[in-house]
Amino acid sequence: MDSRRIVNSIATITTAVAAFAVVGVLVIILSYISYQGVSSLSWQFLVETPKPVGEGGGIGNAIVGSLIMLGLASLLGVPIGVAVGTYLSEMGDGWFGTTVRFVADTLIGVPSIVFGVFIYALVVLQQGYFSTLAGSLALALIMIPIITRTTEEMTKLVPKTMREGALALGAPQWRVTLDIVLPAALSGIATGVMLAVARVLGETAPLLFTAFGSRFYNIYLDEPMASLTVQIYNYAISPFDEWHDKAWAATMVLVGMILLINITMRYVTRKRY
Amino acid sequence: MSKISVTDLNFYYGKAQALYNISIEIPEREVVAFIGPSGCGKSTFLRTLNRMNDTIPLTRAEGKVLIDGEDIYRPNTDVVKLRRRVGMVFQKSNPFPKSIFENVAYGIRINRIHSDKADLNGRVEKALRDAALWEEVKDRLQSSAFGLSGGQQQRLCIARALAVQPEVVLMDEPASALDPSATQKIEELVVQLKQQYTIVIVTHNMQQAARVSDRTAFFMLGKLIEYNPTQKMFTNPDEQLTEDYITGRFG
Repeated sequence: MDSRRIVNSIATITTAVAAFAVVGVLVIILSYISYQGVSSLSWQFLVETPKPVGEGGGIGNAIVGSLIMLGLASLLGVPIGVAVGTYLSEMGDGWFGTTVRFVADTLIGVPSIVFGVFIYALVVLQQGYFSTLAGSLALALIMIPIITRTTEEMTKLVPKTMREGALALGAPQWRVTLDIVLPAALSGIATGVMLAVARVLGETAPLLFTAFGSRFYNIYLDEPMASLTVQIYNYAISPFDEWHDKAWAATMVLVGMILLINITMRYVTRKRY
Repeated sequence: MSKISVTDLNFYYGKAQALYNISIEIPEREVVAFIGPSGCGKSTFLRTLNRMNDTIPLTRAEGKVLIDGEDIYRPNTDVVKLRRRVGMVFQKSNPFPKSIFENVAYGIRINRIHSDKADLNGRVEKALRDAALWEEVKDRLQSSAFGLSGGQQQRLCIARALAVQPEVVLMDEPASALDPSATQKIEELVVQLKQQYTIVIVTHNMQQAARVSDRTAFFMLGKLIEYNPTQKMFTNPDEQLTEDYITGRFG
């Protein structure tokens, strides 16, 4: 074999091994979670509220709490993030755009607990109680910069010639953005939203200071709210084996939820043309 | 009166001047070809005619560009309306990520040209027929525009431009990425469209300019060297530079 082929084989094998290593770790984590959690998984576990040790109990209220807070956070974070990202990509060439971009980049790197403390000071202390709303706000703050930056990058990938094609037909700028650029970037933007959703669904720290947690089903915005991650935390730090198993099972549910949301998003925003 | 009348147009990209004192008269319902070596400013000039250069930061135009006697660089010009009157077909076909039908319908919809659904369908069909594409796509109007071949995509873009009933159609090397048979179709189309539209076409292909145009303008280094009826340009040009370029002595 000549040296070019040898180099080629080495490079192929190295990258393949790296790829398998990454996927392998993921498979190990997922199977270990399933192995540990599947024994505690049952219908009761999925619908009941937490109970004292030995009396069963589940994560029903935590699932609902996580979904409600994720929904509220997305309702706030997705439109703002997409709007800011679109602004940056279409009009953000000046000093203002540069500043916003820098701030967004910095916020992405800020540890999530900081957002929790921020909302704690700004909302929880002012109102005097932990609440669903405070939790959702903290999550929304985490989502916005992630969605902003991915939206900007994905929107910038839309070819300039496509924009010019629409402008040349007498389309005003705002219609070009709305009718041509955003639809063309949709699946990329969806990826950004998914990243943000997966990130906040797995957040615990910012919720400890804001939504706090709850042992009951709750749908009110001005009361403390349970969440899967905080429930996992509570189960996991307890000294009881039974609760440890519940923590594994809850983790399994959390991962499953992220997977389900991911697949749904992909399907809804799939490329049609 | 000429359809387009340009007087002493200078154009700058930042500090770099790209066009020098261009003056040209383009008559209605004729095909005018712009030829010249790469970077000579012919595309830049074409893009000043519908102010497409406005989208590039730090560009500046000085001088007069009159369309139907109105200066399109007046401060109160409505650029959106201008671009509806002066359509454009680009070098690389640029269909929207929509169906074939919606690509053509888009310009009609945003300009609210149609009265009802049937009228919209009729206009889309007419534009596709005018662009000699209807027979090839009539059975798959709802499928993606990206499924068409390169030549078909370019004719779709022509149909899209025609659908808003422009008065002038600017074409920036519309056939440069196409094979000979697709090129021939586009050229036949240009000659036909002349009956309804004023057409300005930029081309690198000398034979193409000779085949389709009534007049030819030769640009070099940002200057308009010669502008004459195509017949004269290719047989007995006034300028030595033009003759050298056309006969391939440089390029």
